[in-house]
Amino acid sequence: MAEPLLHVDNVSKRFGGLLAVDKASFTAEAGRITALIGPNGAGKTTLFSIVSGFAAPTEGRIRYQGADITGQPPHKLARQGIARTFQITQPFAGLTVRENIAVGSHLFRPRRIDALAAARAVAEAVDLGDALDQPAISLTVAGRKRLELARALAIEPRLLLLDEVLAGLNPSEVRDMMPVIRAIANRGVTVVMIEHIMQAVMSLAEQVFVLSEGRIIAQGTPHDIAADPRVIEAYLGHGAAQRMTAGAAHG
Amino acid sequence: MKGVSPILVVIALLALVPIVTTSPVVLNFLVTTLMIALVGQGWNLLGGYGGQYSFGHAAFFGTGAYATAILQLRYGVNAWLGFAAAIAAGALVGAIIGAMSFRAGLKGSYFALVTLAFAEVLRIVASVAPVTGAGVGLLIKLDLRPEAFQFQSRLPFYFIALALVAASLIVVRLIEDSRFGAYLVAVRENEEAAKALGVNVVVVKFTAMSVSAAITAAGGGFYAQYFLFVDSGIAYGPWISIEALLAPIIGGAGTVFGPLLGALVVKVLGEIAKLLTGDAPGLDLIIYGGVLILVVAFAPRGIAGLIVSVRGVFQKARDTAALERSRG
Repeated sequence: MAEPLLHVDNVSKRFGGLLAVDKASFTAEAGRITALIGPNGAGKTTLFSIVSGFAAPTEGRIRYQGADITGQPPHKLARQGIARTFQITQPFAGLTVRENIAVGSHLFRPRRIDALAAARAVAEAVDLGDALDQPAISLTVAGRKRLELARALAIEPRLLLLDEVLAGLNPSEVRDMMPVIRAIANRGVTVVMIEHIMQAVMSLAEQVFVLSEGRIIAQGTPHDIAADPRVIEAYLGHGAAQRMTAGAAHG
Repeated sequence: MKGVSPILVVIALLALVPIVTTSPVVLNFLVTTLMIALVGQGWNLLGGYGGQYSFGHAAFFGTGAYATAILQLRYGVNAWLGFAAAIAAGALVGAIIGAMSFRAGLKGSYFALVTLAFAEVLRIVASVAPVTGAGVGLLIKLDLRPEAFQFQSRLPFYFIALALVAASLIVVRLIEDSRFGAYLVAVRENEEAAKALGVNVVVVKFTAMSVSAAITAAGGGFYAQYFLFVDSGIAYGPWISIEALLAPIIGGAGTVFGPLLGALVVKVLGEIAKLLTGDAPGLDLIIYGGVLILVVAFAPRGIAGLIVSVRGVFQKARDTAALERSRG
């Protein structure tokens, strides 16, 4: 089997007395959608920050394309094809949608005119084509999520880390966004997504890792994961899986 | 894209002023205004576009002024060469201060305070060091020849100041339209997001600070040749740090014409105050403070921003009217 595009190997992160990530390992196979799920505070976003270079792990290594990238700064990782979105959207508020995306397009395009042209193409790919000249600050929540996605795509990543791009969207907006994410993966971009909306995880992801209290407690296909008693307990509390099974038997 | 043509138009119009008047008072007023516009344009690149608010641009102005004077007086360097070297010296000081503060990750008010501290340290050193003439200052020898960057009349100085301002406007305009400019604004708007998109934030800020310092140092070198005198209070004093940020903030920080517009407004108000009250010391600073409060309260994007929003209001009114007509 070929080496996965991303291999997070026994990574831990300590903030003072708090062990936010505890020897977590996961992999992302090239060209696939991998989901990272888990209850709030499980350490998912911290793990993303480590992979994208925004935080250094206390211990453990990150391998990407067969090379050790642990501790490299974000701008170098971006150049190697790692893009991330932020859970709390981080638009360049004073700029237009086109200018926002063009910052990303500039990575491999020194000329302004080329970057702006590329920004238009990316905006159209995420259905922001009509909002190009709007100030980013005027976008709705759904629009901002799309802008996060567009900017990350603009650097032409090989690995895309999506931190809850569906959170805060209403059900119809979620339905609109899912094909966009699938299309990105179909173009050959490896996607790792943190997501709470299980409907999206079930339909998009091929491989799921479950993080709880900083540890990976389960991994498998979405179907396996949904039936895993450890996962149910992590979300609903100790003994929940047993009670559910018992309830189902009595009902 | 907007290009440089509006800049050429504005500069051409200003170049016609001497046809209307060559009064020394008017020219002197315009020369000092242009000098502040130049110094302010330096601040504008770092503060207006890059969002890094420096309270110590005197460090660069003073370095430019002292380098011009010292190279002539102590080393016999030609004034024009000294002026060119002064711009480079300013860039170097900017690079050093920038490297130290940005590598240390200083932002916002911490960065502002550190720049202020650097300027003050330089002022104190210059007020005691023999090479800067210590407390006495440096008097550049009178040598009224164009080769020595000295002139009988104020007119050549006016055109030189205008050329320097034109150059600074064009440099900033070209930066605005470049990848570096896009990265600089991205850093101002959101550093974390910029990093995620491959922007090396430290390098961008460092480069901006070096160019910013070079532009402001040009203003300092010009000052030395125009007044032929430099001392520590003039060169590194807080007055120039204040004017450097006042002009762009009042005119419109992060816009090409902001510093020029702001310098004109500030200087005109200063002159009016002098006329009304006699030359009461410190009164101009009170006026500046008042104007700054008004601008921050009512036109946070400066006069340039105000023009844009007023235009927007009229545009909206026209659109609404057109809509009503099409309905009616």
